[in-house]
Amino acid sequence: MTSPLAGGVDCDLHPAVPHLTSLLPYLNDYWRDQVTTRGMTDLVSQSYPTNSPISSRPDWRPAQGKPGSSLPDMKTQALDRFGVSHGICNPLYGVQMVFSEDMADAFCRALNDWLVKEWLDKEPRLRGSIVIPVQSVEKSVAEIERCAKDPRFVQVLMLVMGDMPLGKRAYWPIYAAAERLGLPIGIHAGSAYHNPPTSVGWGSYHIEDYVAQAQAFQTQLTSLIVEGVFARHPNLKMVMLESGWSWLPSYLWRLHKFWRGVRMETPWVDRAPLEIVRSNIRFSLQPIDAPPDPAILNRLFDHMQSDELLLFSTDYPHWQFEGDQVLPEGMSSDLVRKIMIDNPRATYPRLKQPVAKETTP
Amino acid sequence: MNVQFRDRPEPASPVEVKTAIADCDIHPARATRDELYPFLAKRWHSHLETWGVHPYQGMMEGPPYPKAQPNASRRDAYPPEGGQQGSSLSFMQQQLLDPYNVALGVLNPLGATGQGMRNHDLATALATAINDWQIAKWTSQDSRLKASVVVANEDGVSAAAEIRRRAGDKNFVQVLLLSRNVEPLGQRRYWPIYEAAEEAGLPVGVHAFGFGGNPITASGWPSFYIEEMVGHSQCQQTALASIVLEGVFASYPKLKMVMIEAGFGWAPSLSWRLDKVFAKLHGEVPHLKRKPSEYIRDHIFWTTQPMEDPERRDHLFDVIDWIGWDKLLFATDYPHWDFDEPSRVLPPGVSDANREAFYLGNAKKLYGIA
Repeated sequence: MTSPLAGGVDCDLHPAVPHLTSLLPYLNDYWRDQVTTRGMTDLVSQSYPTNSPISSRPDWRPAQGKPGSSLPDMKTQALDRFGVSHGICNPLYGVQMVFSEDMADAFCRALNDWLVKEWLDKEPRLRGSIVIPVQSVEKSVAEIERCAKDPRFVQVLMLVMGDMPLGKRAYWPIYAAAERLGLPIGIHAGSAYHNPPTSVGWGSYHIEDYVAQAQAFQTQLTSLIVEGVFARHPNLKMVMLESGWSWLPSYLWRLHKFWRGVRMETPWVDRAPLEIVRSNIRFSLQPIDAPPDPAILNRLFDHMQSDELLLFSTDYPHWQFEGDQVLPEGMSSDLVRKIMIDNPRATYPRLKQPVAKETTP
Repeated sequence: MNVQFRDRPEPASPVEVKTAIADCDIHPARATRDELYPFLAKRWHSHLETWGVHPYQGMMEGPPYPKAQPNASRRDAYPPEGGQQGSSLSFMQQQLLDPYNVALGVLNPLGATGQGMRNHDLATALATAINDWQIAKWTSQDSRLKASVVVANEDGVSAAAEIRRRAGDKNFVQVLLLSRNVEPLGQRRYWPIYEAAEEAGLPVGVHAFGFGGNPITASGWPSFYIEEMVGHSQCQQTALASIVLEGVFASYPKLKMVMIEAGFGWAPSLSWRLDKVFAKLHGEVPHLKRKPSEYIRDHIFWTTQPMEDPERRDHLFDVIDWIGWDKLLFATDYPHWDFDEPSRVLPPGVSDANREAFYLGNAKKLYGIA
């Protein structure tokens, strides 16, 4: 087993909202009334059914309530266990699924405030991602600016499947705000289910949806690169969260080949896709979609042609690995250091910022 | 149809190939709009002229994302006698089959062939017509060429009937589907196709492209042709995942499939991801008796064009080792612009046995050609 290094950064933790009623204190009177009068139920996404085996490791499943809903559990099972200096919280509560941008905005604001009060204020190692109502770019930018005043928010969070491909120009004000405020854009697995969850339609099974997350990341990466997001925002980092990454090398071979063939269509893409990925795109470590064979894994690291792309993650409480084997066997100590410490710190500039009231991490 | 402004260059000189090869993805075209009429009942002639083919897309003519070249084809592939690229047998012989020593050429007709159409009766009539046309214009004229049974993909019953009609006919070596359909390809509505193909002993080729009305990303419609080009590989991955997870191979254990023009570099990563998730979620798909990667290993073949082209050839060889040299089928994609020249596709360092399997042996074995 490869041992984690103390002082790492866990870039993908999922604190769970116990129930929609948990957000009521963070909603104004109008929305509190809407939720209760209309009999709205809990916003659990199909991407992570509460009782599905991958939604939580069996030993991380609490006796009561949703996996990931207890801070003491997160401390002992993830933060202490892997000795991290920081953990970045990416709430996956299904606020993106609603169809009204006003309602989504209210829920996003409540969710972000809930994260501050229930998690960040209570545990100094934790940092947060700003969840935004993507259907409204204007409201998204406003929410980013509102939350960014708190340096504990280190990233903006979007889902990999939404209404439009993420490179579309309509979204660019979001990216401009993020770049200006030193916030990477985290793109997490999951769907708003406003489009079929695969590019060939609706499948039958949950397992199919989960496998298809990787293909959704591939198409989003194409969109982001060829629309020219990184030509306009060269300092913007994007982090693919729970994306898998073993698909990256062969995906880039294909993209590079077609870019060479038809680049006249998108002449603003003035660097090779592989170079853009190296400078602007990062991937969370888990899940590792490869066999537990150090020989194959080290070939894959070689295919990646860079040791700066991966960021340590447990994906807590999702079930991606057994026991303490968060780092696969056969990794060099240099690579462990890059993945656990150097790469996350280079990706998230706000981790270096002092935080008021913070105890030493 | 793309407007054609540019001059047509002289045909490029092929590098002649000494050893025989198979080309598992050739696109034969019609020279004129009414070339299929002799194979179609009269009622469809006026129907087509009045309403067109009514596909799952907005444009009456031409692709939704304009191609980078007219008909996505080589500019030097226009036949001297006129008509679009790929529409002349004699020019195909001269430009492709003879110089590259093609011993087996598999035809995959695209365009208005009965696939991706909303009117299923028209789709059925067109599919039968295109199959008759493949025999009349191509396979009966050149014994190196073999046809694919084109089927009305959204109508499983009519598709199965067409496959049974062609079963045993040596002009045909596979059934042809496209990757993008109304539903993912593992769905039950397509199973009559798989049942009939297995019964006829024909592999099912799944060619990238097609239209089923679904956006080509799970996040809506992108802006550019390159996104469609690259995106076909993601469509193929999800279509294959659907086929495996629905249990098509568990139910049709003798069925083989060919992934055509969608890349193969992603096969190991997809297989590993499927296996990893299956280990946790097999309870949802108890009809699977084996790991997803095992179904893929035993049932799937891959055409090579557009060839994976990493900076370092050892990366290419790793990927092929993970897939198996016995699973790749060489293809040029003639007459399309991203044609793979056989002499340049494989870097040095491949054993003679693997080279022979890659260029010819695997295809002859799969398609049952002596």
